[in-house]
Amino acid sequence: MNNSDDIILRTENLTKRYGGVHALEDANFTLKKGEHVAIVGDNGAGKSTFVRQITGVEQPTSGDIFFQGKRVEFNSPLEAREAGIESVFQDLALCNDLDVPSNLFLGREELLFKFGPFSILDEKKMMEKAKAVLERTAIKIPNLSNHVGDMSGGQRQCVAISRSASFASKLIIMDEPTAALGVQETTQVENIIRGLKEQEVPLILISHNLRQVFNLVDKIWVFRRGRIVGEVIASETDGNEIVSMITGMQGGVHEKASYI
Amino acid sequence: MTSSSSTGGYKTEKSWKDWLPKDHSILMVLLGTALTFEILGWFISGQSFIFNTQRLTIIILQMSIIGIIAIGVTQIIIMAGIDLSSGSMLAFTGLVAASLAQTSDFTRAVYPALTDMPVLVPILAGILMGFVLGGVNGGLIAYSGIPPFIATLGMLVAARGLARWYTSGSQVSFFIDDYAVLGSGIVPVVIFLTTAMAFHLLLRYTRYGRYTYAIGSNEQAARVAGINIKAHKLLVYTLAGGLYGLAAVVETSRTLTAQSGAGMLYELDAIAAVVIGGTSLMGGKGRITGTIIGVCILGVITSGFTFLGIGSFYTNIVKGIIIVAAVVADQYRNNNNGNR
Repeated sequence: MNNSDDIILRTENLTKRYGGVHALEDANFTLKKGEHVAIVGDNGAGKSTFVRQITGVEQPTSGDIFFQGKRVEFNSPLEAREAGIESVFQDLALCNDLDVPSNLFLGREELLFKFGPFSILDEKKMMEKAKAVLERTAIKIPNLSNHVGDMSGGQRQCVAISRSASFASKLIIMDEPTAALGVQETTQVENIIRGLKEQEVPLILISHNLRQVFNLVDKIWVFRRGRIVGEVIASETDGNEIVSMITGMQGGVHEKASYI
Repeated sequence: MTSSSSTGGYKTEKSWKDWLPKDHSILMVLLGTALTFEILGWFISGQSFIFNTQRLTIIILQMSIIGIIAIGVTQIIIMAGIDLSSGSMLAFTGLVAASLAQTSDFTRAVYPALTDMPVLVPILAGILMGFVLGGVNGGLIAYSGIPPFIATLGMLVAARGLARWYTSGSQVSFFIDDYAVLGSGIVPVVIFLTTAMAFHLLLRYTRYGRYTYAIGSNEQAARVAGINIKAHKLLVYTLAGGLYGLAAVVETSRTLTAQSGAGMLYELDAIAAVVIGGTSLMGGKGRITGTIIGVCILGVITSGFTFLGIGSFYTNIVKGIIIVAAVVADQYRNNNNGNR
């Protein structure tokens, strides 16, 4: 690639084996500053395995991960998070019995008075900040002091994404962020993603929805059977080409295939 | 289209189920229970149940000790834990405190060299011993991964054994006057309410409380958010142990004696009070104010049955039914609200 200063994340021959199964083979991946990319591939292509290695959920069998120019080894999701890699998973990491600001600021509360575990929370400040963060995303949440457990899937997903986005993280990874959402909620989540693009926060999006991928990202990485089989600029390709890369078969895709 | 707008397509009306867990509904249960006993009292024995200073005093005193324990148990259950060891810990920490509170007038003191000490010494000794045993509970649960039920069951047996061992089974009494004050008059109630207020504020306004609710609500989420789960569990169980020690000081002072058989089944009364008070055994939900009312309900029922001359075994049967009913109500709420 060109200037290495532009690269936020790079993997070199990243490999993960589970026993004899090669879940990920020699993945060489790069992500530039401010870039939004998608990872696509069939079930079992290695997308989620790849993400688990770079978010510290699992440790690679071999290969290297470079984040902001430095080689990193994440032993836990927390270490990855501390380095600035935020993940939004489908199974939301929210506390249902807490309200929106408490969830947004969980683990990094604003404090009025600092005294170890007995520090006093600045709830007013957290509420104001939460309002500001969520107003930017144009999500309708009637009452921020409601428990998130009482909210819809879309509202909860928006809270989860806003949390990642609001901590000026250096890289956000979303695994199927809209898979369980309705039309309106999907639109809201996509708006948040567009907002991240404007703020030049890099994003890796894993999605089965190719139309969504084409709408949202700059570049598409295609995985097949544990290998990266291609990287294409979204504006220079079409659904048919991507589908044949995913399946490994030339042609035979109807122009109105529902996958696209 | 701001987030504060309350219109939009979201359901805002409440069904009757939403009213179940609130404090005021538990308060109604308390008033209803007291009223029932009042009416039954006039019918059966021709006297008032509520307007009887002596009875009220006994209820309030008994409540205070279970109440102090129940405060500790409330925060543990909010964190989706459980503690079965409070009664045994009360017996042992009570003996430790009492053994340092004896007067030199008594010739067969546990520590003849340590009599007539300032009252702060036995108080702190009881609380500190509570911290230690609570810390053992918390340490086992947090760092070895033993389920709280098992770890505290072990402590239930072990602390009772410690209590028997400490004085070889004999009672400890003959306290200095200052120590005896702690359990007399309204002092226990003041201690109970002060502690309740402190923990209410702690749970409501500090990071300590926020993390307690977060861990009880979704431990995985709390871990990913960067909360030190193990340290927090250790802290919560340790503080609870300190509260049992405080309760032990009040109890031994009130009865003017410490014995290894004290606090038998207090752990169940405390858990019952917490659950009746609306704290969910699933974790994440609960309030100290609810627990205070739960303790009152329990006290009124126990006292009411005695008042009506109904045997204590009936009291236990009814208590058992109420506990199960409270848990069923809790699960019913959990299945119907949220948790999508």
